[in-house]
Amino acid sequence: MIQVSVRLFASLREAVGQKELARQVQEGSTISDLLGALMREYPRLAQAARRTHTAVNHQYVPVETVLRDGDEVALFPPVSGGAVP
Amino acid sequence: MSGKLFEIVTGPLSSDEAARRVAAPNVGAIVTFIGTVRDHTGDRQVDYLEYEAYPEMAEPLLAQIGREAQERWPSILKVAIVHRTGHLNIGEASIVIAVAASHRQETFAACSYIIDRVKAIVPIWKKEVWADGEVWIEGPRQPDPATAGAWAGVTPFKAARQ
Repeated sequence: MIQVSVRLFASLREAVGQKELARQVQEGSTISDLLGALMREYPRLAQAARRTHTAVNHQYVPVETVLRDGDEVALFPPVSGGAVP
Repeated sequence: MSGKLFEIVTGPLSSDEAARRVAAPNVGAIVTFIGTVRDHTGDRQVDYLEYEAYPEMAEPLLAQIGREAQERWPSILKVAIVHRTGHLNIGEASIVIAVAASHRQETFAACSYIIDRVKAIVPIWKKEVWADGEVWIEGPRQPDPATAGAWAGVTPFKAARQ
């Protein structure tokens, strides 16, 4: 097993009710595996996470990315900063 | 505001202060952009906005956008981008951008490019709060994979089968 931290933002943070989680996953697990497990654990996340963006250690990465021990995984909705459109 | 060129802050923004960050003796033009909180979206009355960021990821991406602007318009000498988070009232500035060059010609295009890129790739979100409800605003676009990495595009059902 490896240890990862999960950072959640905006609607996904509210769906889970926490901004950070620590999880152990099987070696070789992908972000997709982790996201699937979290969605089963937090049903509201499954509704909120239809268009989830994913990052590992502050870099955008695809969900197929294999996790490594100590990774910081971030899950968030499409960004909307800047000025009001 | 501290003096860093690319920063996420929680206090009020000043375009003058951002302009000072890019000022230098060889600069002949500074264009500033201020994004402010508007009191409506379509027909909906907005009470205030709540901004949230992932600062550890957002600040390096702001710096990346500054570099992109300088690569596209090599006359740009310096860029500052400062974004505020937290509770912002109507009329307050959410972002200030300052672009400096020896001559003005390319500063306008660079500034326009920068705000578009911030909205497209920097992990910052806003929630609109009205008198009787609230909603997180989600951007319409996925980040450009060439410069920002891939977009997840996962559906909950696909992920749940894993």
